[in-house]
Amino acid sequence: MSLSATTAPPSPAAPPSPDVPSRLRRGRLLNRLDVKYSPYLYIAPFFVIFGAFGLYPMVRTAWMSLHDWDMIGDHSFIGFDNYTRLFSDEYFWNALVNTFGIFALSTIPQLLLALFLANLLNRTFLRGKTFFRMAIFMPNVVSVAAVAIVFGMLFQREFGLFNWLLSFVGVDAVDWDGQRWSSWMAISSMVNWRWTGYNTLILLAGMQAIPKDLYEAAAIDGASQWRQFWQITLPMLKPTFIFVVILSTIGGMQLFTEPLLFANGNILGGNQRQFQTLAMYMYEMGIQNLNTAGYGAAVAWAIFMIIVVVSLFNFLLVRRSAK
Amino acid sequence: MSVTTRRTRLAAAALAAITAIGGLAACGNDDDKPAAGEKPAKLVVDTFGEMGYDELVKQYEKDTGIKVELRKTAQLAEYRPKLVRYLATGKGAADVTALEEGILNEFKPNARNWADLAPLVSDHSKDYLPWKWELGKAPDGRLIGLPTDVGSLAVCYRKDLFQAAGLPTERDQVSALWPDWKGFHDAGLKYKQGSGGKAFIDSITAVSNGVMFQGNGDLFYDKEDNIIADTSPAVKNAWDTATSMADISAKAQTWSPEWSGGFKQGTFAATFCPSWMLGIVSDNSGPANKGKWDVASVPGGGGNWGGSWLAVPAQSKYPQEAAKLAEYLTNAKSQVEAFKLKGPLPTNLEALKNDAFVSYTNEYFSNAPTGKIFGESVAKIQPTHLGPKHQAIKENALEPALRAFESGQADKAKAWEQFTKDAKTQGAF
Repeated sequence: MSLSATTAPPSPAAPPSPDVPSRLRRGRLLNRLDVKYSPYLYIAPFFVIFGAFGLYPMVRTAWMSLHDWDMIGDHSFIGFDNYTRLFSDEYFWNALVNTFGIFALSTIPQLLLALFLANLLNRTFLRGKTFFRMAIFMPNVVSVAAVAIVFGMLFQREFGLFNWLLSFVGVDAVDWDGQRWSSWMAISSMVNWRWTGYNTLILLAGMQAIPKDLYEAAAIDGASQWRQFWQITLPMLKPTFIFVVILSTIGGMQLFTEPLLFANGNILGGNQRQFQTLAMYMYEMGIQNLNTAGYGAAVAWAIFMIIVVVSLFNFLLVRRSAK
Repeated sequence: MSVTTRRTRLAAAALAAITAIGGLAACGNDDDKPAAGEKPAKLVVDTFGEMGYDELVKQYEKDTGIKVELRKTAQLAEYRPKLVRYLATGKGAADVTALEEGILNEFKPNARNWADLAPLVSDHSKDYLPWKWELGKAPDGRLIGLPTDVGSLAVCYRKDLFQAAGLPTERDQVSALWPDWKGFHDAGLKYKQGSGGKAFIDSITAVSNGVMFQGNGDLFYDKEDNIIADTSPAVKNAWDTATSMADISAKAQTWSPEWSGGFKQGTFAATFCPSWMLGIVSDNSGPANKGKWDVASVPGGGGNWGGSWLAVPAQSKYPQEAAKLAEYLTNAKSQVEAFKLKGPLPTNLEALKNDAFVSYTNEYFSNAPTGKIFGESVAKIQPTHLGPKHQAIKENALEPALRAFESGQADKAKAWEQFTKDAKTQGAF
């Protein structure tokens, strides 16, 4: 609206009219409004969409978590009862332990491997760089459901590839989803397979932003490759590393599809909930069990708070150790 | 019927999450209520899987002049979140809604969402299988579902494997092996011995399912809906029978890749078959094994797994007309028509006696008279009271505990402890 008013070219043939000053004043006003408010208009779409699909659900979930809420029935206000119940809920703690266990098993090796690979890809002598960079990113493009189904078959008890390979070295067939340690390993291997390449690329981008003359100066001073890595690459990579760690934390705390499909779609995550993650527990309580929707909402908020705390912790840890 | 569905539960589960979250945008219905007795221009019917109503609704349109829109959803896993959304938002539900056994049980505690059909239709309480009719009632006594089909229960077995292990192969002789569950276990042990230690059945959870439905009294709840899972003799009986079968089980969880692969590999020689399972067994076994399978009766005679009802949501604008349509779709004639078209087993006593149904045989399963076998199986079931969270206790407490025992993760006492504890939390409502 204001745009058309300011950009319309003045018609040269127009006869001078008595109200020129007022039109001029109006034009100036519109111009000022344009400068002042248009930027907000331009960024509005993001905030409108974020408000509708990000903020509103969060607020609504918080509201639900203060109620005894039946999805298709009544609900009544109960204050913070759902949250106090969390503390004595054995299965919530079980899901928390599972989530952190799988998170540790997947994130730590994954980031170390990504760092190693990124450093390798950053070497100048490497041929076919683009090919390797693309190849390493491929797993991330594959749909998570496809990954989970294929890995589920590899980890089968009777006809799975891994048990077949193990049989050659004389190891008995492992019931992968039967025990805690084996199911955690299977699930983290899916996560690692999918996300190592992604993290490698981000770390690689961070490495390439490090000025080359630093390395040259170090080389002239006689520093080895190893020393250059520890004393130049790692410290300079700190901001990128924090970013990668926080992203992995958010992903790890919300782990859902891989364990769900590994359990053949059973939300309990194993007969004894050996690998039920927090997100699965939230789904079980909030969406699958119709009459505990309020409690499920409290679990959702608990996950949110845990992510905030763990991210802060990571942030402080990485910042301190890199000093 | 329930179950073309659960096979692809895998992928659908992820989808369900998305659809449940995307539930904000329910289609807007205009809210003006029609005058009482006004004839509706259109009625909507929601079904899942294949219920065989395509021709029937056309006939109904012709007879009454009311247009009927049939909305089909292939997978139960997609159907349930949709229904929950309709009920939670009070908008979008069809006038007649098919409810699968598990969903119906789950929706029962909130019976207010459904119209009481008793005053809207004529008295049919004597027309259907008595236990099936009873299950259509909510805890407060109102009638929320008219019976459509049942799964029934039989035993599918591999004739070639039976023969190799020295067991009889004729279906009558095979049925005679197991008049009761003890006989079934003995046959399993004999098979194990004759086959060099191979497993007889796929898993033990199907056993508990079968035993519970044979009606030995209250299960997880008493008549006042108090949880009695830990003291109920019927549950204990099902538990003991199921756990006794662990030594002849292949420990392949139903729907898992081990399970579907097992049909071709012959890792088990028998499995429990509701009528809708026949298609799954033949798909999993492949054309190469055609004629190797046969169907015998279930130990103890009767059993059921799955089946549905038709209900009218309270939000329907035309409950009277919708109830009439549901009544039409579930009458004896319609059930026979539906059976001929897509194969869901009738529940109407008259339809169960129909020649077309009784004389039906299945080619893949060595021409077994499946109509007769399944019909007899459901006739022997005693009415059982199922409490509000029956399904949740069965699926999330009993079966995981049985599987934990079966796979050696827990001993019998530990597994029982797990079950009784989970039954209390799952059963709270």
